[in-house]
Amino acid sequence: MTLEIRDISKSFGGFKALDGMTLTIDSKGLFGIIGPNGAGKSTLFSVVSGFQHADSGEIRMDGKVIDKLSPPERARAGMVRTFQVPREFSHLTVRENLMAAAPGQAGESLVGLFFRPGQVRKEEAAIAEKVATTIEFLRLGKVADVPSGKLSGGQKKLLELGRALMVDPTLILLDEPFAGVNPVLIGEIMERIAELNTRGIGFVIIEHDLQALTRLVPRLAVMDRGRLLAEGAPAAVLEDPVVREAYLGGAS
Amino acid sequence: MEAYLLAIGIIALIYVLLSLGLTLQYGLTGLINFGHVGFFAIGAYTSTLLVMNGAPFIVGFAAAALLAGIAAWPIGLVALRLRDDYFAIVTLGFSEVVRIVLTSERWLTQGVQGIPGIPRLFDSLKGTTGQLATFATVLVVTIAAAWMIRRIAGSPFGRIIEAIRDNEEAVQALGKDPPRFKIQVLVVGAALAGIAGAFYAHYITYIVPEQYIPLVTFYVWMAVIMGGVGRVSGAVVGSVILVAFLEGSRFIRDVIPGISAVDMASIRIGLVGLLLILFVLYRPQGLMGDYTKR
Repeated sequence: MTLEIRDISKSFGGFKALDGMTLTIDSKGLFGIIGPNGAGKSTLFSVVSGFQHADSGEIRMDGKVIDKLSPPERARAGMVRTFQVPREFSHLTVRENLMAAAPGQAGESLVGLFFRPGQVRKEEAAIAEKVATTIEFLRLGKVADVPSGKLSGGQKKLLELGRALMVDPTLILLDEPFAGVNPVLIGEIMERIAELNTRGIGFVIIEHDLQALTRLVPRLAVMDRGRLLAEGAPAAVLEDPVVREAYLGGAS
Repeated sequence: MEAYLLAIGIIALIYVLLSLGLTLQYGLTGLINFGHVGFFAIGAYTSTLLVMNGAPFIVGFAAAALLAGIAAWPIGLVALRLRDDYFAIVTLGFSEVVRIVLTSERWLTQGVQGIPGIPRLFDSLKGTTGQLATFATVLVVTIAAAWMIRRIAGSPFGRIIEAIRDNEEAVQALGKDPPRFKIQVLVVGAALAGIAGAFYAHYITYIVPEQYIPLVTFYVWMAVIMGGVGRVSGAVVGSVILVAFLEGSRFIRDVIPGISAVDMASIRIGLVGLLLILFVLYRPQGLMGDYTKR
C-alpha cells in the first residue's frame, strides 16, 4: 500500500512550485511533510488530489497511475484531502456539513429522493448517528448546530478533518490540521489520529507545528523549493545539516 | 374588477413558478442563470404549437416542460465547466439565441407577427368562471412546485447543492461530482419555466418573440432578490410584490397627465430599477430573509 510521487513538476507562470518532486509514502502509515513557506507542500497535495495537473511526472496509488482521475474520483478511490484554508460550507451547520460528506446516499439523486423515500429516511438515520459520533470525537458538540461560517479557525480545521472522516477514506491528506487549534485539543486530536491509524486509515500531514508533528509521525519528508530535501525518522532528519540550512535558515 | 384581480393573480403565479426555478438554481445552488426567459419561451411556443395542431392541453404542457428541460441539458454540459460569471453570459446568450430563432423561423413561429388566437384553458366556461378555473389550476401547479422545491431543499440532494453554492472544490474533495447535481438543478428549473411559459401562452392567447427579452429574466431575478434569495416563501412574496408593482405603475398615467404610452414604458423600468436599488440598500436579505439568515 503505497502512494508514489514520481518526478512531479508544476510551474505557475515562471515560478516552479514543484521541481522534480519524488517521494514514496506508505499509505497505511503516519507520514509528515515539512518545509519552509513556498516549498511546494500544498501544491503537492493539490497535484496528488487532482486539483492541479502536474506539468510532468506521475502519481501512483497502490501501483496504479491515477493521473487521469478527477478529484472526486480520487476521493472515491479512498484518498481524501483537506485544505490549508478551511473550506467549510459556511451556510450549513456543522452537522449538515458532516452529513453532506457521507458517501453514496440514495437521497442525493432526485429520483431516489422522490421515489425511494423509505430508503432515504433509513440512510439519513444511519448517517445522523455516524455524524453524532464524529462530532463527539472532534469535541464539536457545542457548535454542532451553528452555521459553520461562524466557527473559529481551529474549529473549522476540526470540521475539515471530520468531513474527511465521513467519507470512509483509506488515506487522508491533512494540510496543516493544527493551525489555530488550541494546544490542549491538538494533543487530543493527535491521539485520535494515532487511534484512527491503528484502525487502518493512513495520514499524510503537512504541519508547521514541528513539535506536535514529530511526536505523531514515525517518518517525515522535508521539502524545499519544490524538491525533496530529506526523508526519514524525525530525529535524524532534523539533525541533517542540509535540512537545518534550508529549514532553519542556517541557524545552528 | 374581479376579472382584473384574477388576471393579476394568474400573472403573479406565473412569476412565482419562474422564481421557484431560479430559487432552486441560484438561491440553493448558486448558478447565475441569466437566460431563464429562454426556457419560458420554449415552453410557451411548444405548448402553443402542439395545442393549435390538435394536441390536448395536457400534452402541450408536458411537452413544454420536457422540451425546456431537454434544452437545459446541453447548456449544462457545455457551460458547467465555466466559472460563475461566464456561465451567466452563456445562459444570457442562450436566451437571446432562442428569441432570434423564434423570430427567424417564420414557417414555424410566424416570426415577428407572432401567433394569435391561442386556445385558452377552460374556454367553454362562461364569464369569470373560466378565469377562476385557470387561476385555480395555476395555483395547484405552483403549490406542487413549491412543495417539490422545499422537499429538495431539505433533502440530502439539497444539502449537496447548498454545499456546492458555498464551496464547490470542497464538494469535489469529498468525492461528489458537482456537474451531476448542477445539471439536474438546471433541468428542473428549466422545466418549471417551461410550464410557466405554457400557462402564459394559453392565458394571454397571443405570443410573439418580443415578449421573451432578457428583461423578463431580470424581473424574475428582482422577485427572487426582493423576496429573499434561497427561500421558497421569498419567491412567492417577491413575485407578488413585483407584479403588484408592475401593474400599479400603470396607474401613474391616470395621476400624472401628459405622459405618453412610450414614456410610460421607460418610466416603469426606471421605477422598477429604483425599487431594486432601495431593496439592495435597505433590505439586502429580502423580505423573507435569505439563506444566510436562518
